[in-house]
Amino acid sequence: MTPGVPVEQTVEQVFREQYARAVAVLVRVFGDVDVAEEAVADAFTAAVQRWPEDGVPPSPAGWIITTARHRAIDRLRREASRDDRHAQAALLHARDEPLDVGAVSDDRLRLVFTCCHPALAPAAQVALTLRLVGGLSTAEIARAFLVPEPTMAQRLVRAKAKIRDARIPYRVPGEQDLPARLGPVLAVVYLVSTEGHTASAGDELARADLCAEGIRLGRLLHELLPDEPEVTGLLALMLLTESRRPARTTADGELVLLADQDRRRWDRALVAEGQALVRDCLRRGQPGPYQVQAAVSAVHSEAPTAADTDWRQVLALYDLLLALTPTPVVALNRAVAIAEVEGPAAGLALVDQLDLPGHLVHAVRADLLRRLDRRTEAAQAYAAALERVRNATERAFLERRLAEVHAVG
Amino acid sequence: MTQYLLSVVEPSGDGTLPPDLGQIMSDVTEVDRQMREAGVWVFAGGLHSPKTATVVRVADGEVLTTDGPYVEGKEHLGGFSIIEAPDLDAALDWGTRLARATRLPIEVRPFQGGE
Repeated sequence: MTPGVPVEQTVEQVFREQYARAVAVLVRVFGDVDVAEEAVADAFTAAVQRWPEDGVPPSPAGWIITTARHRAIDRLRREASRDDRHAQAALLHARDEPLDVGAVSDDRLRLVFTCCHPALAPAAQVALTLRLVGGLSTAEIARAFLVPEPTMAQRLVRAKAKIRDARIPYRVPGEQDLPARLGPVLAVVYLVSTEGHTASAGDELARADLCAEGIRLGRLLHELLPDEPEVTGLLALMLLTESRRPARTTADGELVLLADQDRRRWDRALVAEGQALVRDCLRRGQPGPYQVQAAVSAVHSEAPTAADTDWRQVLALYDLLLALTPTPVVALNRAVAIAEVEGPAAGLALVDQLDLPGHLVHAVRADLLRRLDRRTEAAQAYAAALERVRNATERAFLERRLAEVHAVG
Repeated sequence: MTQYLLSVVEPSGDGTLPPDLGQIMSDVTEVDRQMREAGVWVFAGGLHSPKTATVVRVADGEVLTTDGPYVEGKEHLGGFSIIEAPDLDAALDWGTRLARATRLPIEVRPFQGGE
């Protein structure tokens, strides 16, 4: 380990980097999520006590996993002797299962597929993934999703009970089932990052920790499934979105639209990495929704100024996306591209046909009406958007725009 | 191995039979045969309509017998299969086959005590 770094910091770093790996190995060894979680928590507690005196072991992750296994077996033996059938089953499982720290990448992937099993509700999938694969505490997950901690704790307990009682397997699906089973996994990772990017409610526009967690999960998936183009597409999409975060708000925390952003503030390293991934996945010729969205983002990233944006290419990509996923939200994005290529009136004609909840459709309509100089209608549309918006930063932006159309009109 | 109850969720409706009942019956029989052949079959059966149900309950030592199902809902248990499977994925696979055959939703639920 790095000399001069306090041991507590090393333990924390090992926790961030190795928690999922340790839990994944121990879930395989004991066949039980609760046993694994408790054992890994025990091992990290032991690390905090022992490492300052004994020094950090040469392989911290190996130490954690071995210690966790010993401690779990000790405890399970005590419980098994009291006729705890659960403990007996976990011990029996551990007897037949080698520790085999080498196959950890498979273990983590198995854990991801268990957490995102379609038999679990989406909200439970997200919470479990953040808990077991992300290593976030229940309190952190509750805070991130603005849910009271006891509610989140109960959600996690129920999900883990279902995994155990219904025997949700701990396995990477076979090739035939993989495309269908990958869907919820990608959705969970994307949800983590979008929730971080624009918190659906609350005061801060971006909860950077959730963005970072989404990207970390995306990188992990990409490392484990390098040949799945949608996995690559999702990672690229998250990186390109993240690259704009420094430019998305002013120093006062006000929202800045893509067209008005100071592009010098974009994170060039993330842009380059995202663009390279987009090229890599599109070359495979199996386009999917995440890849196409990433490609749209890459087109924006290539333009030195908003005026240089290749809107025809953006529009072509939205045509493709609409064919792949014909949803009102995609149609709304396509209408925005049409407005750029053919003018705001053409975009507005499309937006007027859309029926979707939320503030976004009203915000887009308002903007198009404003550009058409139809100020009274624009003000009405801004008001409609304001009635529905839940994020405080977006609300402030809409209020400024509303004040502007009032001032001129 | 865990045992799973696969329940056929039947709409209560007005009791009219689906026009392709013959085909449904033979498809269900075929899934039942596959379950036996795979060695997962424990028990299976179709139920008469909820109208044929009787509820008995004991309160203060008295037996109360009432006509009809315990609750009348928009759906009822039309029949079920009990299978033995290594995990939920295997059980869901059989559930999917049964859903295809019956053209109805199948609820998959584990029994207690499996290991």
